[in-house]
Parts: sequence; C-alpha cells; structure tokens
Amino acid sequence: MPMTERTRAAARDIIARYPQGRSRSALLPMLHLVQAEDGCVTAEGIEFCATELGITQAEVSAVATFYTMYKRQPAGDWLVSVCTNLSCALLGGEDVYARLSQHLGVGHDQTTPDGAITLEHAECLAACDYAPVMTVNYEFFDQVDPDSAVEIVDALQRGERPVPTRGAPLCTFVEASRQLAGFHDPRPGAVAGPGVGEPSVAGLLIADAGTPAGTAAGAARRTHTVPTDHPTKGS
Amino acid sequence: MPVTPVLTGRWNTPESWTLATYERTDGYQALRQALEMGPDGIIGLVKDSGLRGRGGAGFPTGMKWSFIPQGDGKPHYLVINADEGEPGTCKDAPLMMADPHSLIEGIIIASFAVRANHAFIYLRGELVHCGRRLRAAVAEAYHAGYLGADILGSGFSLDLVVHSGAGAYICGEETALLDSLEGRRGQPRLRPPFPATHGLYASPTVVNNVETIASVPYIVRRGVEWFRSMGRERSPGPKIYSLSGHVTRPGQYEAPMGTTLAELLEMAGGIRGGRRLKAWTPGGSSTPMLTADHLDVPLDFEGVAEAGSLLGTAAIMIMDETVDMLRVVRRLTQFYAHESCGKCTPCREGTPWMVGILSRLERGEGDVTDVDTLLDACDNIFGRAFCALADGATSPIVSGITFFRDEFLRAVPTGSAPGHAGTSALATESAVTESAATDSVAGSPDALARAH
Ligand SMILES: Cc1cc2nc3c(=O)[nH]c(=O)nc-3n(C[C@H](O)[C@H](O)[C@H](O)COP(=O)(O)O)c2cc1C
Ligand code: SF4
Ligand code: FES
Repeated sequence: MPMTERTRAAARDIIARYPQGRSRSALLPMLHLVQAEDGCVTAEGIEFCATELGITQAEVSAVATFYTMYKRQPAGDWLVSVCTNLSCALLGGEDVYARLSQHLGVGHDQTTPDGAITLEHAECLAACDYAPVMTVNYEFFDQVDPDSAVEIVDALQRGERPVPTRGAPLCTFVEASRQLAGFHDPRPGAVAGPGVGEPSVAGLLIADAGTPAGTAAGAARRTHTVPTDHPTKGS
Repeated sequence: MPVTPVLTGRWNTPESWTLATYERTDGYQALRQALEMGPDGIIGLVKDSGLRGRGGAGFPTGMKWSFIPQGDGKPHYLVINADEGEPGTCKDAPLMMADPHSLIEGIIIASFAVRANHAFIYLRGELVHCGRRLRAAVAEAYHAGYLGADILGSGFSLDLVVHSGAGAYICGEETALLDSLEGRRGQPRLRPPFPATHGLYASPTVVNNVETIASVPYIVRRGVEWFRSMGRERSPGPKIYSLSGHVTRPGQYEAPMGTTLAELLEMAGGIRGGRRLKAWTPGGSSTPMLTADHLDVPLDFEGVAEAGSLLGTAAIMIMDETVDMLRVVRRLTQFYAHESCGKCTPCREGTPWMVGILSRLERGEGDVTDVDTLLDACDNIFGRAFCALADGATSPIVSGITFFRDEFLRAVPTGSAPGHAGTSALATESAVTESAATDSVAGSPDALARAH
C-alpha cells in the first residue's frame, strides 16, 4: 500500500539518527518500518526506501533479500520460530519443530490457511541455556516440549495471547517490526517484562548460597532465590 | 575455583535494568573517574589490565584502542558487536537484558578514550526484548546527562544509537557488521585496511563485543590489580562461561579465566541424568570439539589453544554419551551452509557439499572414501576462504572425525540406516532405546527420556 505521511515522518526520524550524509545506514531500520506498514517487504516498500534514501530499487532489493527477518510474503499474525540448533536439538528442539509442523500442516516459512501462524525453524537464538526454546513474534518461550508447544500454537489459533516466559506480552508482527525500526514499545510495562530466568543467574545463585541474600530474608533483594534443594546451598 | 560474579553481579536484583538500580549500585561512578583520567590514561589502564576481547578472537582491547589515529581530523566511531549468534553463545543477551547501563557506561568511557562522538550498538534483530531494555536505558542515560552534549560538564559529547539487525549470523563478523550498518548486504570486507583506520564510513572505528565493553567500568573503578587477581597472566579477569546441552543446571557461570570444565560441571550439577560426557565445544560451534580427556584444560585463550581448540566465546555445549556424532556434525554443518554469505567459493560451494556427504553417511549410503573426502574438503577450505566463518565450519567436522572416526565409518553402507527419522535429540538409536528403558525420571525435561 502507498506509504502514509506518518510513515514518511518515521523514516525522517530514522535517518536523523545517523551522521550527516550517511542516510543509507537507515536502510535496515526502514525495511523493518516497511514491514510494520505492509506486513512484509512489498514492491511499494522497496520503492519508498529507494526514494527516501536516494538509492536505486535494485540496491534496496539486494539488501532486503539478504536478511532472513525480511519477509517477501505477508507473515501470519504470529511468527513461530523454533530453534533447532545444537543445544536445543540435544534436548528435543527438532522434535518440537517436527510436531508443530505436523500439527499445523505447514513446513518451514509457511503460513497456516487461517493466516494465524507462520512456522520457521530458527538457528541458535542466543538462549541455549533455556533450551529448547521457541519464540513467538520474537518473545521467548523457554524449555518447551512438543506438547507445550502445541498448546501455545493452539491458544494462538484460538485468538488468545499466551504469556511468554521472557519478554514483553505478545505484540503483533507489525508492532514488533516498528520496535525493530528503533521506536519505543508504547505499552506500559513492556520494558519490565521478564528478562532473565534462573539459568541466567545460575552462577549467581551459587555465590548467594549461604549468604544472607540467598536466604528467604534476602529474597526481597533478589529476583530468584536459591532453591532449598540446591546441592551447593550452604556448602 | 569460586564463582566470581562481576559482570553478572546485578542480574538477580529486582528492576536491575533501570538507571535507579544502577546508580544505587555504583553505576556511572567509573565514568566520573574516567573523565578525570583523560583518554590516554584510560587506554593505558585498559592495556595494563590485560583485558582481551570477549567476542571470540581475544584481541587485547587496550592495544586495539591505541591503533586509532590521533588528531587525524576524521570522525571516530565505536561500534558494539551485539549480534550474538554463534551457536551455544548466550551471554550478551542476558547482559543487555539485565544490566544495559553497564554496557552504556562502558561505551561512554571507551568512546571518550578513542575520541569517538558517535557510537552504535549493532543488536541482533531477533533480540527484541534486549532492544526494549537498551532503548529505554539509552533514553534514561540521555535524560540524566550521561549521553548527549557536554557529558557531566566535561565538554565531551556522545550520541548512542541502538541499531537492530535483520537476521544474518555473518553480521557478527566485524567487517560484515560494518557493511550492514552502512545499509548494505552483510558481507565481509577485505583486510587490510583494518577498521582501526578504515572502518565505519571509511573512518577510524573500534568494534568491540558487549562483554568486553561492559568490563571496562569495573576496571576503571576497581583497578588493574583487582582485575589481574582473577584469571591467568595472559588471560586475566573474570569470564562468563555459558553452559548448555546435557548438563544438569545449564546457565551462565562467571568465574576466573582459566576455570576448567571439571570445575564448571561441579557448579552446574554435572552431566544430566548421571550420564557420561562424550564431547563438548569450549567456545561455540566454530571451536573444535574436545572430549572427556580435556576436563582439566584451563579455559583461557592459551590453555584451550594448547589443547588444540579455541576459547572462542566460552560457550560450552555439552554432549553426553548418547549423542550420535554424525548427526551433531551434520546439523552444525547445515548451520554454516545456511549462514554462508555467498561471497567466496570455498565456503558458498563447500559447506552445502559437505552437508550432502554427511547426510549421505547418515542415511547409510556413504562410501568408504567419504571421510577422507570430508577431511580433504576441510583442508581446502580452512585458511582459504574470505573470512573466519568458513574456518569455523571445518571445526565440527575435523574434530568430530579426529575423536570419533569410527562413528563416521560405522555409517558406511550397512543396509540399515542409523539415526533415521523418528529418533530424537541427536541420539544414537541404541542409546535412545536404552535410555528410554532405563531412565526412571518421570517427566524428565530430557527429551531422551521421552524418545520412542
Ligand atoms: C562468522 C563470525 C561471527 C562472529 N560473530 C560475533 C558476534 O556475534 N559477536 C561478537 O562480539 N563477535 C563476533 N565475531 C568476532 C568479531 O569479528 C570481532 O572479532 C569482535 O566483535 C571483536 O570484539 P572484541 O575484540 O571485543 O572481542 C564473529 C566473527 C566471525 C568470523
Ligand atoms: S567464508 Fe563464507 S561467510 Fe565468509 S566471506 Fe566467504 S562465503 Fe562469506
Ligand atoms: S541452540 Fe537453541 S538457542 Fe542456542
């Protein structure tokens, strides 16, 4: 669709982040912005970027086709990415993907007929200590298994928004794309959505064990406390 | 060896990501000290500390900064490599999520040192929640006068932009990252010239990893002696070790450089389900695998190199005795084939070709010469490709064959196909059946226990 004045203003905001005369640096965020308007990188979006940045459409296309997060067809409402790289695969990530694929009847980078879900297998998502992981519109669902993954996509198809283990409450692909373009998430509390779970603080919990901070009394100053059955506790 | 939480120290504090928490826990004190010390004083200090890059290559950070030309009249840039994507690596994401201000304070100090007035955080696109935390923290830092014009009345000005990537592992390679940040396809550049003289916009540029830069405020505040009291002579300081795979308590363990896997496993509750260790990567999938014979190797840059591998990102992926090495190596090789940027032939053509051979072996349709062909191909790729991605692609294959050659040969025609579809979790078929029968842990999260 043709770009609105609001989008043009957003593009100018993006360009202003980069040093004078270096507007081409705005291209990646602008392609995210295009996805926030159109749901994927459209021909109009490519033309828009080319015009705003004074480069050719061929140059924009060359960039848009290089990166996996730019979609050439409209993604479903929910982009479900299952990590199948090693640490996740060791704990069943490939099973999770296979089960979802069978359950939804779609393969990699395909969308369910109701337009709800696009499935993809992903490479390592920098959350290997939470394996196996999957993300929905880039929010983390940690330590999933085939059954819990099916429950999550079923809920999505029913129009519900299951709560991610880490990250903000789910937002639409369009909203996520706008954040990727560098704009703040306007939802109150979004930044406060959980960021670290127990694996991130595994070492800290050992340091805490036996110290006042690790006890129930210290819990107010801690997000996670040492589990009572923790073998290193007090040792 | 103890755990030594420094960079991870705030991660378990409620609202750890806010400016209020950061300031209450010594935050932005190092910046005040640094502004007093002056740029050359900081570079000298970081040199003396012996801090080495945490992004994989271990280049001395102070030396990197001192390569930036002085008084050349060109703008200088600092670019933070937050593209974390090396399989097994999962330390920068929690750092940015839990303690973004420590990174931002490090960025201000480093920019002041190398006389940069513009800095960028190149953030892996998929890490949307890290982006939220970083952008909120940057806004707070501007508001408090730590960023922008005339920082704390010093006359030094800095603008900091969080720039989200769009999904490409190769953009972690620093010159590909710079091309990507300039709005191009993320393909590596020919070196020399190096980024120190011809980096972003052909200007002097420092590229550093998140963990590297987040270390700087602590060094400024606590001093060289404190930093060197941890770790080893040539690899000093604390290091975040990331444990994943078949380990009881996967997670981040910050300990002195040179801590061994035996010590880390003790902290992490050992191998899952009481099984035996078979293989592990010391620093992500691009570092050659090691075995149970290497449990006591000191995990610092020198120690791991002496053992024939690389410290890389200290991302330790742990595989127990049930894994099928051929499946592991095939899966990792698929990763490199997928992520090859296509710029040079050995990598673009070589990686999918090796996937083909490995898949054929896995299906039991291999040839007795296949293993040697793989080694030969790796020999022709290593050191002959345009960037280090392709070198990394040879690591799982060469180390896998070195230590587990019989598993590769075992797969040569037998009529039956080991590791056929339906088995899970990269386990050998027999191991799966065995563990399914013997594993009594009901509802165990370990997929091996559920395999049918
Ligand atoms: C294929 C490839 C991927 C890389 N990915 C990353 C990465 O995600 N993060 C990172 O900091 N360094 C990565 N590096 C290393 C960088 O090129 C560079 O050495 C590093 O950012 C320098 O920072 P340091 O000196 O602080 O370690 C990668 C290198 C290669 C060859
Ligand atoms: S080695 Fe691979 S990733 Fe590196 S430049 Fe060549 S094709 Fe690209
Ligand atoms: S291997 Fe799945 S997140 Fe790293």
